[in-house]
Amino acid sequence: MLSKEEVQHIAKLARIELSDTEVEKFQKELGDVLEYFEILGELDTATVQPMTHSVALANIKRQDATEPNLDSAETLLEMAPETQNGYLKVKSIL
Amino acid sequence: MERFFQFSIRQIHDKLLQKEFSAREIAQAYIRRAKERDGGLNAFLTQTPELALEQAKKVDEKIAAGQDIGQLAGIPIAIKDSIFVRDVRCTAASRILENYIAPYDATVVKKLRDADAMLVGKTNTDEFNMGASTENSAFGVTKNPHDPTRVAGGSSGGSAAAVASSQAHVALGADTGGSIRLPAAFCGVVGMKPTYGAVSRHGLIAMASSLDQIGPLAKRAEDAELVFQAISGHDNFDATSLRYQYTPNEHVELENIRIGIPEEYFAEGIDPAVEKRIRQTIEKLAAAGASIRQVSLPHTKYALGAYYILNTSEVSSNLARYDGIRYGESAQGGNNLLSVYTESRKEFLGKEVKRRIMLGTYALSAGYYDAYYIKAQKIRTLLKRDFDTVFGQVDCVVGPVTPFLPFKISERVADPLAMYLVDLYTVPVNLVGLPALSLPVGNVGDLPVGMHFVGKPLSESLLFGIAKATEKLL
Repeated sequence: MLSKEEVQHIAKLARIELSDTEVEKFQKELGDVLEYFEILGELDTATVQPMTHSVALANIKRQDATEPNLDSAETLLEMAPETQNGYLKVKSIL
Repeated sequence: MERFFQFSIRQIHDKLLQKEFSAREIAQAYIRRAKERDGGLNAFLTQTPELALEQAKKVDEKIAAGQDIGQLAGIPIAIKDSIFVRDVRCTAASRILENYIAPYDATVVKKLRDADAMLVGKTNTDEFNMGASTENSAFGVTKNPHDPTRVAGGSSGGSAAAVASSQAHVALGADTGGSIRLPAAFCGVVGMKPTYGAVSRHGLIAMASSLDQIGPLAKRAEDAELVFQAISGHDNFDATSLRYQYTPNEHVELENIRIGIPEEYFAEGIDPAVEKRIRQTIEKLAAAGASIRQVSLPHTKYALGAYYILNTSEVSSNLARYDGIRYGESAQGGNNLLSVYTESRKEFLGKEVKRRIMLGTYALSAGYYDAYYIKAQKIRTLLKRDFDTVFGQVDCVVGPVTPFLPFKISERVADPLAMYLVDLYTVPVNLVGLPALSLPVGNVGDLPVGMHFVGKPLSESLLFGIAKATEKLL
């Protein structure tokens, strides 16, 4: 079980607004799953290297050149809720 | 039943060339079928009959002109709705992308077009591929064609149900922890999760990038193999794609195959009816000359925990992009930028998606990173060692795809952990990046059982060879 404050802190980090009912639900649900994760503590992994990727790839290099893929920047801009003069428009930060 | 539904891809190819029927007739038959069947099943989120007919026309014109046709010419294929088809709506079954139109083709879709396949529609999935039943879709559950009171499995449940109900000849799914193999098992079709890097992920909406792979679903292993051949290979748009060219192996003899049976895959909790079907199939493989050995994958019981830490961590990062600013649905009610982020995510993301973002954010947050994320990555190393050892002894590992038969709709939704347990046998494969295939090996009552074949990296031709040989024994 997580505390209400813990859930609210995580929600803030995750940029999700939660209702009071959701906070309560997540206290239990996240708590249950975190409890399930405790099984991993049984293993001593002090000397084990972490694996970041399943396939060992060397650095992939390419020319720093553009290739046409989309019709235009307009295609992408048309998807935004608000634009102005070819820019995305957002609300004030403060 | 339309005659087309029973033919293999190769048979259809030959019959098209012999002018027994046209690509247009095939397209029309499948479009009709989808009209009749899909209302009850909800396999499709968007149907694209006009696209299929346009591609059929191209194939028929090529044949009339005596030109070569592609390997998948005239084959109706359904595409999971987390994969881009240019100018077609792509929702990932999320309300936040309800009206999103894909601006380009995924590399796999481009390759399918080049092979002259016919795109019949976009299939249902759990929201952003998170789930094992399609019950997390914002647009309703996909029902199991064998029993509509049960789930089709997930997340690629729409693709599996579309193939099983002959609304598409073959389909593409995406598999992060079992999302192709589980619905394939539940719907009684073949599903294959390729080696990580064998298929380009460009144009796949990302869930957990170090685990996601696109793969085929089909009624028979040979058809799945031809689709895999068409979509695999290196892509400049995916830096993790491997440089290799797939060639089918037509000469796999079961007498030369060593099969490992991990005791951990028949652990407590498995449905005895599922276990019985799997053991019977293993006996048939042994009778056909395969050498069967007991093996051990001792870290199996830690895989699910490690998987959900890594999965949710990658999810929390990948889904940060759905913020109501650049695309997708946006809540504009608040008066500052932060409220657009938090309100858009509140209003348009579903329950399971929020749950995973929250879990992943927690696992990556200050003070917990080493205990969860790094620990899980270390367990990934231990799982790889398990498989390395076993593949020194055998050519492939078999077991059940899942411990359970298809479950009733809403039976497991209340308990997230009960839903996560469905993936028990499939997630280790994604963590290690191995290829694995789900093959239908008979029924319990009306419900299909899937057998899981797992191979070494890039051993797809062996897996397909074994699957094709196994189909003949059933």
